[in-house]
Amino acid sequence: MAREERRVKVKIDNVEKIYEGRKGRMVALNGISLDIKENEFICVVGPSGCGKSTLLNIIAGLLDATSGAVYVDGKKVEGTGPERGVVFQQYALFPWLTVIKNVMFGLKLKGMSDEEAKEVAMKYIRMVDLEEFVDSYPKELSGGMKQRVAIARAYAVQPEVLLMDEPFGALDAQTRTQLQTELLKTWEEEQKTCFFITHDVEEAIVLATRVVIMSARPGRIRDIVDIDIPYPRTQETKMTPEFIKLKNRIWSQVYQEYLEVRK
Amino acid sequence: MSDGKKQNEQKDLISRIPNWGWLCISFLVAMVLWYCLSIYPKTARSFPFLPKVLASLKTMIERGVLWQDFSSSMISVILGFILGFVTAVPVAFLMAWYRPVRFIVEPWIQFIRNIPPLAYVPLVVISAGVGRRPQVIVIWLATFLIMTVTIYQGVRNVDETLIKAARVLGAKDKDIFVKVIFPATTPFIVTAVRLGVSVALTTLIAAESTGAVAGLGMRIRSLNNSFEVEPMLLYIIIIGVIGITSEKLIKMWERRFTRWQEKREE
Repeated sequence: MAREERRVKVKIDNVEKIYEGRKGRMVALNGISLDIKENEFICVVGPSGCGKSTLLNIIAGLLDATSGAVYVDGKKVEGTGPERGVVFQQYALFPWLTVIKNVMFGLKLKGMSDEEAKEVAMKYIRMVDLEEFVDSYPKELSGGMKQRVAIARAYAVQPEVLLMDEPFGALDAQTRTQLQTELLKTWEEEQKTCFFITHDVEEAIVLATRVVIMSARPGRIRDIVDIDIPYPRTQETKMTPEFIKLKNRIWSQVYQEYLEVRK
Repeated sequence: MSDGKKQNEQKDLISRIPNWGWLCISFLVAMVLWYCLSIYPKTARSFPFLPKVLASLKTMIERGVLWQDFSSSMISVILGFILGFVTAVPVAFLMAWYRPVRFIVEPWIQFIRNIPPLAYVPLVVISAGVGRRPQVIVIWLATFLIMTVTIYQGVRNVDETLIKAARVLGAKDKDIFVKVIFPATTPFIVTAVRLGVSVALTTLIAAESTGAVAGLGMRIRSLNNSFEVEPMLLYIIIIGVIGITSEKLIKMWERRFTRWQEKREE
């Protein structure tokens, strides 16, 4: 498959994260290694507490690994960088800024003029279909709309890698499938490397080129499953036999991990 | 059956009267209560009725002290408040930013905050002498304490994910302070200002309790010594009017700064 020949965009090399707390050492991540190729869409599933958010934060440069390292285009990650964008589960919009000002935030930091930033921001607000709400404050938007703004804001600074930490986790089922479809569409158009965390196995399969299953305590990679279903994928894809087969395969592993955690 | 109907009609009446109508009613009821107090023998001496109080307004103006008292008190309140605000902001941010500062300073603030200013006024006077200076110092201290606590809470309350979001969008430490922490804290700063002004006014009487030559609080005490009840009541009402006016002004100003906020009271 063509994707296999693509070069490595993000290299996660033997990453370990240990928290030293009052109750002693807690190994959050243990020996995580993963090569993410250019334009790949990686979904990470696993029980809560398996360290998937920790891993995302390390790739983003918001947390330091205890040992090991992350490389983007062969360059070691040290702190945050403009080539890596992040979308958070809690939207993290600045409540005192209107929709357009939120999207302009990163552009202004890049040193763009007001007009230039406005133009770019408008392009991405149109992409997520929120032109009507450019001058609204976040409090006036629904959860789904807020997350669309957050996605537009992340896209606007044109990162090469998009990191998403359960972005649709707080949304209702209908909004969630809608945003999945939109996200797939933009991913196919904009061709970015995506690293997407979710606890929803169906969501992972419908989006990903590869699904990474993590185990908990310590957080490790348990299995990596190639999703060979061709794009464009739609919600109907979820009815196909190959989808259901993959779902059973991944779900049974995740379920075992859930049971492990509950012990 | 007719009872329920009556209740409905009553509800209608309540919502039909506009807010300013209720304000008028509230004012009239207060007047009636005041009048009752002024004729009831046991309270009559403390609560002379409106005409007498208004007459005392003229007396105080003629004596040439009213404006002097008002301006003297306002100068102390404004100076004390400004000093309090200017010092509270950096201290609050330092406390929120640096843990050692927090661990050392916070207990002091909590401790002093619970002592009524009236108790330490004499100490201030011993060191600062009489006149304007001790007044300003006492108001400064009181407003500083309340505003520091409030602003500090605000800085601590800043949502960590907003800082992360700013950081991944390319914000450096300076940007995070100016573009995230500061705006996120504004509602608390505005609340601090409101509390600070109200504390400044309530502390005024204590601040003027020793050695002041003029001032609303000082005058009340001196009128007390000569048993002049009418002007005393007048001064108390003036202090109340100043308090409510400043609060209304701040509230108007507050709305402009915090339009974006999720929850709005009433």
